[in-house]
Amino acid sequence: MNSLALFLTVFLACAVEAVEALTIVLAAGLTREWRSTFQGMAAALVVLAAAVAVIGPALTLLPLTGMRLAVGGLLAVFGLQWLRKAILRASGYKDLHDEAAIYTRQVAAAQAATGGGRRGVRDWYAFTLAFKGVLLEGLEVVFIALTFGANQQNLGLAAAGAAVAVVVVAGVGVAVRAPLSRVPENTMKFAVGVMLTSFGVFWGAEGAGASWPGNDAALLAIVPATALVALGYTALLRRARATRRAGVPSVERSAA
Amino acid sequence: MTRWLRAFGAFWYDFVIGDDWRGAAVVALALVMTAVLVHVASVNAWWLLPAAVIAALGWSLRRATAAKP
Repeated sequence: MNSLALFLTVFLACAVEAVEALTIVLAAGLTREWRSTFQGMAAALVVLAAAVAVIGPALTLLPLTGMRLAVGGLLAVFGLQWLRKAILRASGYKDLHDEAAIYTRQVAAAQAATGGGRRGVRDWYAFTLAFKGVLLEGLEVVFIALTFGANQQNLGLAAAGAAVAVVVVAGVGVAVRAPLSRVPENTMKFAVGVMLTSFGVFWGAEGAGASWPGNDAALLAIVPATALVALGYTALLRRARATRRAGVPSVERSAA
Repeated sequence: MTRWLRAFGAFWYDFVIGDDWRGAAVVALALVMTAVLVHVASVNAWWLLPAAVIAALGWSLRRATAAKP
């Protein structure tokens, strides 16, 4: 896999997660108060940095074949989960991810929550909301960046892709001071699902001992093939849903 | 402590495996079968995992949408 593909995959995946974290942070900061929100963010970033510091070097010590088997399998499972949700959203079986609606819900919850400080934090609710939001979304960023970087033996570039995504999203968020609901998140999630699944399959099979025809060039076939399969499933589900909603059983329709 | 461990395990289960464990089971089985075919039967079974993933995805989607309008 070339460096550009590694960078773009990690950048896309991390940008999606950063947009979601930004929504939560903005809801906590604008509705409650910024100091506790920043404290929550900082605490989450410390935990994430510790996770990277422990897991990153440990991954580089593992033999490449074993790591590709384990990490490839994990990525394939993780990617399947993303792809499944993305297909269900694209075919109308699951609500589209809507940052504006999520922001409204978070703001309503933040306004309804009682105030009060704890352990040197002025607003415990804002602190925990920001902490959980950044930690949970950040864990996905860490997982994707570390697995891709370690497998490709280029942790630096993967970390750069993640860092650029977070900086870009945070910069835009600070500029507009609103959730980034115009970002085509559902399309991005679909693309990330395709990439995670493709690389998981590639590395997993290699780790199990198989050799891909064309070696790394096989990815040039695996990624589009995965995308085509995902788009095919989406089209099938859309058609099935439309048929069901029209009240005509699919068997009768195909017979006609 | 037990409660914390259970919550920790539940978090990671949800994080990696998510709503449908069958997909993870199919991937794990396909990886084992690929290794067996390669190392025991000397068959370069690069095709097995992609085929299993496509089937697992279809199966999972079918289950998720079966009861929905």
